[in-house]
Amino acid sequence: MKPIAQTGIRPKAIFFLLACCALIIASFASLNLQFAAFFDPGTLRKMGLFIAELTQPNWSGVFWLKLLPAALETLAMSALGTLIAFVLGLALAIPASKSSPARFSLIRSSARWVLSALRSVPELMWAALLLISAGLGPMSGTLALALHTTGVLGRMFAEALENAPKDNEFALSVRGVSRSKIFFFVQVPQIAPQLVSYTLYRWENNIRAATVLGIVGAGGLGQMLSYYLSLFKMSETSSILLVMIGLVLLVDMFSAKIRRMLA
Amino acid sequence: MFEWTEFKIWTLWGPESLKQTGNFLASFFPPNISTDFLVQVARETWRTVAMATVGITLAIVLAVPLAFLAVRVLSLSALTGRMQVLPSAIREIVRAILIILRSVPELIWALIFVRVVGLGPTSGVLAIALTYAGMLGKVYAEILESGDPSNSQALMRNGAGRLQTLFYALLPQNADELTSYTIYRWECAIRSSAVLGFVGAGGLGQMMDSSLKMFNGSEVLTILIVFLLLVWCSDMVSAWLRKFLS
Repeated sequence: MKPIAQTGIRPKAIFFLLACCALIIASFASLNLQFAAFFDPGTLRKMGLFIAELTQPNWSGVFWLKLLPAALETLAMSALGTLIAFVLGLALAIPASKSSPARFSLIRSSARWVLSALRSVPELMWAALLLISAGLGPMSGTLALALHTTGVLGRMFAEALENAPKDNEFALSVRGVSRSKIFFFVQVPQIAPQLVSYTLYRWENNIRAATVLGIVGAGGLGQMLSYYLSLFKMSETSSILLVMIGLVLLVDMFSAKIRRMLA
Repeated sequence: MFEWTEFKIWTLWGPESLKQTGNFLASFFPPNISTDFLVQVARETWRTVAMATVGITLAIVLAVPLAFLAVRVLSLSALTGRMQVLPSAIREIVRAILIILRSVPELIWALIFVRVVGLGPTSGVLAIALTYAGMLGKVYAEILESGDPSNSQALMRNGAGRLQTLFYALLPQNADELTSYTIYRWECAIRSSAVLGFVGAGGLGQMMDSSLKMFNGSEVLTILIVFLLLVWCSDMVSAWLRKFLS
């Protein structure tokens, strides 16, 4: 192992540490942080009451009648959103990958730019923006997940297309097989296991996102959670939280099993 | 599935919805670039970054002791054969704490804290601190365990305490991986703090939320553009820093 050059590192490290300290001090100073409010006796008592209620989840049949449809709604939101993102992502990845025969690199850059923009806006922000047109309810949540995940999957699919071995593709194109046939019969099957595996992994992420999207009004468990939390009904809140955790674990297990089968 | 999510996408093109969407989209242009508003946006952008920085700092303060307690490399009892029951149990408990901290979505922490402490950056900072402490703690523990154990083993076998081994062997050995991951998570925290603004934690998110509620499209577009620029900039800064330090 090459010994690290001692002369270059020290000033760099010191500069970095000083810059960090400056940023941290400036941040603490400029925010109006009120940790004192947290440790005020009234607050602590309130939190104690919350925690006590949280340990007694409401498992009545009446409440289950509300929980179950909400859980199904959340599950469907995440699954449908991921599915749409798979299709749209693949569609956008074709022009976005370097190996595409796009005649103008403008098409490629704009495809990449669209994917990047879709990816940078967090799901919750998309949901808040879409509420105006899609209205309150699960459709905005599904679209929000679909849009964000399209950006993520599209970028990943483009890289997979670029990194796939080109021999088969070259052999067929030299023979004059049309590009679309090559795409469907060579490129897609080559990268399919990677695509499906990564899509399932994103589904795991999306089920977590779907549970919280409801907080801005996109339906499902999140909307229920926001409602009951605003009424300070902690026992209902805790059952909703437990169902959320259960849903996430279920999807994680299912996704891991399928990915193991594919590998 | 289509039925369950009420996914009637054709309603997006129904007459009322189209007119509403059209009006809303039309109100986006031109984006609001009046000086007053831009100054406000700049202030909120700084708040978002500051919230993320404070949150990550607190997360590091929480995560380092937890990671220290969770690594098996520092186990004195493991130096001579298998780790004993009590040290092993303590490590498992700490790992469970890290998993719980990591699994609760930060939005939920923020929702609860906003109701306890009130609106403002405190709840956002605490939510980020708790969630990211879980993430950082787990990855710190993995990084510390994955290095070459001979240095720390040598120190411990010669009588150094665990804390000394941490500071003189483990941390210097893995410093660049640790910093690289922390910088990456700082960048993620900036995005999180923007999202947390939607539940009242201040910053760009809260600004966008209030502009959306007032159907003020031009403000929303400005904030959205500034947010995208912020993400792009912090991405570049983070990549540059990681190269600078390696």
